Amino acid sequence: MAEPIIQLKNVTKRFGAGEEEVAALEDISIAVQPGEIFGVIGLSGAGKSTLVRCINLLERPTSGSVIVDGQDMTALSGVQLRRARKSIGMIFQGFNLLMQRTALDNICFPMEIAKTPRKEAVDRAKELLEIVDLSSRANAYPAQLSGGQKQRVAIARTLATNPKVLLCDEATSALDPKTTRSILRLIQDINRRLGITVVVITHEMKVIEEICARVAILDHGHLAETGTVEEVFSHPKTEAGRRLVYPDGVPYDMLSQQRDKKGALVIRVAFNGGTAYQPLVASLAIDCGVKANILGADTRNIDGRAFGTMLLGLPGEGAEKALAYIAAQKDITVEEVPDYHV
Amino acid sequence: MYDTLVSLFESWGISSSNAVSQAEFLTDLPALGFAIWETVYAPALATLFAYVIGLPLGIILVTGEAGGIRPLPGMLMRGLNTVINLLRSVPFLILMLVVMPVSRLIVGTSVGTTATIVPLTVAAAPYVARLVEISLREMDRGVIEAAQAMGCSPWQIVTKVLLPECRPSLINGAANASITILGYGAMAGAVGGGGLGASAIMRGHGRSQFVVMYVVVILLVILVQILQSIGTALSIRSDRRINKTQTKRSKK
Repeated sequence: MAEPIIQLKNVTKRFGAGEEEVAALEDISIAVQPGEIFGVIGLSGAGKSTLVRCINLLERPTSGSVIVDGQDMTALSGVQLRRARKSIGMIFQGFNLLMQRTALDNICFPMEIAKTPRKEAVDRAKELLEIVDLSSRANAYPAQLSGGQKQRVAIARTLATNPKVLLCDEATSALDPKTTRSILRLIQDINRRLGITVVVITHEMKVIEEICARVAILDHGHLAETGTVEEVFSHPKTEAGRRLVYPDGVPYDMLSQQRDKKGALVIRVAFNGGTAYQPLVASLAIDCGVKANILGADTRNIDGRAFGTMLLGLPGEGAEKALAYIAAQKDITVEEVPDYHV
Repeated sequence: MYDTLVSLFESWGISSSNAVSQAEFLTDLPALGFAIWETVYAPALATLFAYVIGLPLGIILVTGEAGGIRPLPGMLMRGLNTVINLLRSVPFLILMLVVMPVSRLIVGTSVGTTATIVPLTVAAAPYVARLVEISLREMDRGVIEAAQAMGCSPWQIVTKVLLPECRPSLINGAANASITILGYGAMAGAVGGGGLGASAIMRGHGRSQFVVMYVVVILLVILVQILQSIGTALSIRSDRRINKTQTKRSKK
């Protein structure tokens, strides 16, 4: 594996002092590989925003080190830090455009800061507007743009200085689902075409599923788990992970009805990325003649593949046969859930 | 004109010598024009100087606080706040008398319209600092954060983000400041400043020339209206967030 481009080592961030001290981040270690899209997910107040701000040192960690592109950010002087930040782009939930500047001038802004000659900056800004598909709105002010268009301008603005890393802080949380999708496509496109490493902070599973390869779950300032999106979302190992993946909880109560039926069985079926279009329950009925009862399910379609789990109640008759049948399926694991019979 | 005024005033029961004197004042247009000029120029210069001092102070009040873009020592900030509050709490008439020796030092005299520029500036600078502070506090924290994330220095944030983004509000503040200073300027008439304020006090109050007083007050009201209208118009024109004409133009 290549040298990570972003590496957080035992990062802790506390706000306040003395009795009012609050730990926003507690001993976080994360390594992001060059060229990947890395997701950080967590509920509100989990410390996601603080975490992403520790990467470009908008928040200075109380302890631990932050290494971006081989540089220890915490050790840099003010001037060095500002130079380092120029290669770390960042976009926000609130877009944070300059309201008194046109779209074009907003994109020129970071180049102005970097003392790029005006003519060169304008040419580059026009180029970037084309990349984000907004050429026709170059002279519009942010107030005249929709949310999605504003975020496109913000993305173009961060690309102006050729960053190696793009940090997205809830960048799609203020957008409707359709616009969210188009912004995510754009981020993915930028990642692929320009090789920019992306860190996505969000509270939405959908966002992570759409574009991330790996994900970290943040829970009350602690790193609950890290892994590939498939791993984490199909088999969340921690309580925090399960809370996120199954926000409504697995409906255990419904299972009590099954208790006294003789030989009846409750099984948990886990989908590990087989084709989403495989009708398991229906084929169970046809092939084995077993009428399975779906007690609870939470499955997701990621990139055309099925992930998640399903709780099935099997009648006493043919339960064993059904179990064997499911176990024989590709990309599906099955286990008995004995507690429900007690 | 002069004769009509005299007879008109006499018909209102004003004694004839008083009527003559008031009519003379009101028909001597060059002198009246000069009074208006004096009323405008001292406060205008004072406003300018007040901004030279107050604008940087206002910026420091916002950027220098703990958690600002360039925090300064807490002692310094507390000191600055205290001085500003002190200067603002001294009544202008008293401040003017206290500052007299300073006026003499700076402009060579402590009486006359030019001399009032010094106390006007001293009174207005802390007020301007607060106005600037209020405007800059409207700034969206997120935009400053974005600028910091792009590697802006504190100076760049002030000159390229804070001031341009708060421009409409700063212009409104400037209109407000110039009107307040105009009012102070009229007060300065009481201690030897020239202009309309002096006429209103000396003739109106001192010599019972009430017609002159009302005319002067009306002129001051008109001046204030003009200043406010210009300020509001400029502020709206410069604001790209709500400008309807801009929208129309860009749609063409």
